[in-house]
Amino acid sequence: MTTTQANADRSAAGPSPGAKAPGTSEAQGVAAHGGSVVHGVTSVGAKKIGDVILDVKNISLAFGGVKALADISFDVREHEVRAIIGPNGAGKSSLLNCINGVYTPQHGTITFRGQTFGHMDSHQVATMGIARTFQNLALFKGMSVIDNIMTGRNLRMKSNLFLQALRIGPAEKEEMRHREFVEHIIDFLEIQPYRKTPVGQLPYGLQKRVDLGRALAMEPQVLLLDEPMAGMNLEEKQDMCRFVLDINDEYGTTVVLIEHDMGVVMDISDRVVVLDYGRKIGDGTPDDVRNNPEVISAYLGTSH
Amino acid sequence: MQTTFPRLLLKHAAERTAAPAMREKEYGIWQALSWGQLAGMVQALACGLHQAGFRRGDHMVVVGANRPRLYATMLAAQSLGGIPIPLYQDAAATEYIFPINNAEVRFAFAEDQEQVDKLLEIRAQCPQLSPIYFDDPRGLRNYLEPGLTSLDVLLELGRAFALKQPDFFKTEIDKARPDDVAAMFFTSGTTGHPKGVVHTHDSLLDRARAGAEFDQLTAREEVLAYLPPAWIGQNIFSYAQWLACGYVVNCPESASTVTIDLKEVGPSYYFAPPRVFEGLLTSVMIRMEDASALKRRMFQYFMAVAQRVGPARMDGKPVGLLDRLLYALGNGLVYGPLRNNLGLSRVRVAYTAGEAIGPDLFRFYRSIGINLKQLYGSTETAVFVCLQPDHEARADTVGIPIHGVEIKVAENGEILVKSPGLLKEYYKNPEATAEALTSDGWYHTNDAGFIDAHGHLKIIDRVKDVGRLQGGAFDAAMFAPKYVENKLKFFPYIKEAVAYGDGREKVCVLINIDFDAVGNWAERRNLPYAGYTDLAQKPEVYQLIKDCVEKVNADLSKDELLAGSQISRFLILHKELDADDGELTRTNKVRRGFIADKYQPLVDALYGGKTEQFIETVVKFEDGRSGSVSATLRIEDAQTFTPLKAAA
Repeated sequence: MTTTQANADRSAAGPSPGAKAPGTSEAQGVAAHGGSVVHGVTSVGAKKIGDVILDVKNISLAFGGVKALADISFDVREHEVRAIIGPNGAGKSSLLNCINGVYTPQHGTITFRGQTFGHMDSHQVATMGIARTFQNLALFKGMSVIDNIMTGRNLRMKSNLFLQALRIGPAEKEEMRHREFVEHIIDFLEIQPYRKTPVGQLPYGLQKRVDLGRALAMEPQVLLLDEPMAGMNLEEKQDMCRFVLDINDEYGTTVVLIEHDMGVVMDISDRVVVLDYGRKIGDGTPDDVRNNPEVISAYLGTSH
Repeated sequence: MQTTFPRLLLKHAAERTAAPAMREKEYGIWQALSWGQLAGMVQALACGLHQAGFRRGDHMVVVGANRPRLYATMLAAQSLGGIPIPLYQDAAATEYIFPINNAEVRFAFAEDQEQVDKLLEIRAQCPQLSPIYFDDPRGLRNYLEPGLTSLDVLLELGRAFALKQPDFFKTEIDKARPDDVAAMFFTSGTTGHPKGVVHTHDSLLDRARAGAEFDQLTAREEVLAYLPPAWIGQNIFSYAQWLACGYVVNCPESASTVTIDLKEVGPSYYFAPPRVFEGLLTSVMIRMEDASALKRRMFQYFMAVAQRVGPARMDGKPVGLLDRLLYALGNGLVYGPLRNNLGLSRVRVAYTAGEAIGPDLFRFYRSIGINLKQLYGSTETAVFVCLQPDHEARADTVGIPIHGVEIKVAENGEILVKSPGLLKEYYKNPEATAEALTSDGWYHTNDAGFIDAHGHLKIIDRVKDVGRLQGGAFDAAMFAPKYVENKLKFFPYIKEAVAYGDGREKVCVLINIDFDAVGNWAERRNLPYAGYTDLAQKPEVYQLIKDCVEKVNADLSKDELLAGSQISRFLILHKELDADDGELTRTNKVRRGFIADKYQPLVDALYGGKTEQFIETVVKFEDGRSGSVSATLRIEDAQTFTPLKAAA
């Protein structure tokens, strides 16, 4: 299939043309790509952080007698990378689940773009432009990479089911439009070789990338990432960092991420909130948090 | 008919405006660029470059993978009488310093952030380097370095200029003479600094045409451009011959999608170094082993038929009726689908060069009906010196001298070449030029070889590497290290080999196992291993390699001339030889002398009769960091055979 359009003068807008996969196939597979974290840091200085876009106020969540979250408040500003850290069981994922409506907190409110909610409804959250990825992946393993990412476009498909099933008329045009968008994401995440591969056959690191791609397909304003780098090797982590920073930088997407790897968190986030046993024990820039005695004791333990 | 590259571009743009010149896969779709569009893009780039101060005779480095805009930039530089210098895109930043300073380069084209970073990194050593144009803006949005400009900006600037002075482009192109310098290629250089090989429009185009004539290439060919543009071979196939013939060059989506793209494009004219053909075959064999029993049996049966019938068929010899029928059946059931799966079903002419190709590998491709041939040439000769005619392809020769080429074998066995495609000079290096290109017009190839009874050229080794043993059983016997190494490398389990023996009493070899092949072999035998280093030192693996070595010895012993090159001792290295560590050249050739210095203790241990040796090696990662690998390596003796002649 060939088209003769738009090659002579590609506009600079949109994701960059022809992003290349890092040349890591040779060199015993131990060599790390030279890009990643360092470059992201160079560009952080130039980005503009806006007003508060998401405000979580006094959230409390209990499962029976277990208090998962106790009176948590924190805010997320537009275009920033906001990290949530804490030891296992601190309530990080519960907090994300409250934000995108999987759990309903007993107390507290969540304000998104000026609208205040007592609890969020998953569908509504997605419509408002909040997308998320999952700690344990939530992909259709038997479906191809393209199809998985296309599911992220579901909310934006307007033609009716019947037309879509037959792929005729407006449905076909619409699908082509969405496919084009998805191709930009594939290019952006450098997964061109796997377009048609069933997701279940891909290595874990790549599945994570597809999961991210599906969230991106929603064109989110806020991206919630639940441990995007868990279980990855150093090289995969570096690649993932680069993608998170590039998303934040190129599209201006606000990113809220849960992460365990302190190196990653301190490198890429603008502000960090620290949870421990459902309480918030720290909030601020990576440097503030690093020097906060309570945070140090939660992570390293203290002698009493 | 003498001409220049930009003039050829204008000719195609005028005669075949809408015909595709290049295709690039982007966003999942092959996007075509017509000759007319390409000429427009080149015009805009040339005008932009002129405004930026690029003048006749200026050099411009071009770093990146095969992209239409990279080739357009090269054409734009040539249109202004400038000289593009393509550099290897996977080289480390420091390797760019010498070429850039040697050729006083100011202008640079970089494909993406990775390349821009490398150029910025060496700016301290190359302060004149500005402007740097980049094609892909991703990640570069917030770079504030001076002189860093998007190619889109350059195009805009150029378009505005072209509107005001529409004749400028044509006038500039007309100023160029065919014997002007067209491009410069830095040879990877196994020793010392790289040398800039200077070629004129004439020398490149003459050879491009001679090659095209030899294989009757037309404007209908499809070519996949996937090797580094800095390598003259890629430049000939996807630039010189592209403009000479006017065929379509296809640029893959990314380096990792080449095999998929190959299948989609189905090139009719294809070039690959032996290792690519080997990789393709390995992937087929691995998948065959997992296929159902019926398919496996069918494959084995028909491959046996192909082995028997195929080569004769390709050589145009008569084949019996039954064999013809069996082959036709096999073609329908096995060879056809296989060629299709490899992406080679439309290949009319396929070449391999750069390294010796294993006879089995060579025969495999020819037997399934792929017209795979060998050629001989180098950067200095603009590639085409010898080519194999369609019906005379053999694994151990490199073909006959083609139109315009004269060949002579010097007394020391060195091949001398006279051809219109010879280099003009080595840039700013008159001594090297005088050494390679003697005043009587012969180019000294440094290759030792001879012309065989059928008029085919056969290459043994580099002249300087051919040595003699001293002392021992084979005193004063000829030693051709490359010949030995290649024989070893024909085994799938051996990835690299480095042979020593000149001035010594016996031949010893350092061996690199092929991690994929040996790893697969180990898994099938339930042999656990913890990684490359561990696998390499397994006694079972040593036995496997020892068998290979002894087979090579048996083979060598049959050759009167080279029986002395039989291998006495060998060891398996704990890490893969790597261009990043300086052990291989960028074109993946072993740097024997460097390796001997770096692994001095190992070589000493081989000759000192030790049975094991500890070694620690520093390795460089692609991001510039380094680490170290250490291991105690076993050393094994191999059986050598009495030369047949002597025994008889």
